[in-house]
Amino acid sequence: MTPIGELRTAVADVTDAGPEAADGEEAASVYPVESEEDLLTVRHAVRAATIRAGFGIVDQTRVVTAASELARNAYIHGGGGTLTVEHPVRADKKGLRLTVRDKGPGIADLDTALTDGYTTGAGLGHGLGGARRLMDEFEVDTAEGRGTTVVATRWASR
Amino acid sequence: MSAPASTGVPILRLGDVLVTGLLNELDDKTAVAFADELTERISADRARGVLIDISRLEIIDSYVARMLMELTTMSRLLGARVIVAGMQPPVAITLVELGLQLTGVETALNAEQGMAALGWHRSPQAPEGVSRDAHR
Repeated sequence: MTPIGELRTAVADVTDAGPEAADGEEAASVYPVESEEDLLTVRHAVRAATIRAGFGIVDQTRVVTAASELARNAYIHGGGGTLTVEHPVRADKKGLRLTVRDKGPGIADLDTALTDGYTTGAGLGHGLGGARRLMDEFEVDTAEGRGTTVVATRWASR
Repeated sequence: MSAPASTGVPILRLGDVLVTGLLNELDDKTAVAFADELTERISADRARGVLIDISRLEIIDSYVARMLMELTTMSRLLGARVIVAGMQPPVAITLVELGLQLTGVETALNAEQGMAALGWHRSPQAPEGVSRDAHR
């Protein structure tokens, strides 16, 4: 569960590219997504983070499920990557921001990938579109050959 | 009986029903191994019903959802009816928002109702002098 220090430079890049880059109040934690075991570690870390953010059980479940989908996408389609957890605050509301970055081939047709039922791999094809519905804010930055970065935020009690 | 690589999840047999349950989390490999093991047991034990208690499962993502749907279909092809029992309300809410309805998967509020649907009813105390094993 210990974040890996070497990846902190990568975090800075991600947050700069993300929306409202300035509102993270605590240091980001970065977790590798390079193996099946990492997927479980990520779920535990995100669960703990949602509890720290004061999320109720339904929001906890939403965010952990979204993290599981996004991390698996990065592992299976993206050839591995990282998941960053941040605790943004906006107008007294606590939030949780997940940034999942992979170094894979990128998504050629994002609109299609966000459509339910579309899959190029072992999932059901609900991963990306489903994760988007579980979060309040969702941005995908991708291009062929450049990898994919998903920034997804959920705010406590909407 | 030659079992495939075990997931460590107990699968009990009660008459012609197999009873099992998933723990609070499930990684992808364990999910696949569980489906393999359960279908092996259905065949080996000639089970006609399967109850899977998921009351401890904390999340169901698209991968686990797919496993449950495929397991249900495989079991049906083998002649067994699967009931998934005890889903936590937050898990149900999240599944719907995720866009997954577990199409084809029969569910029950809890294990007891699932067993009743499979033909097992809680009987009052056995009449005096009647052995529990009498009709076995």
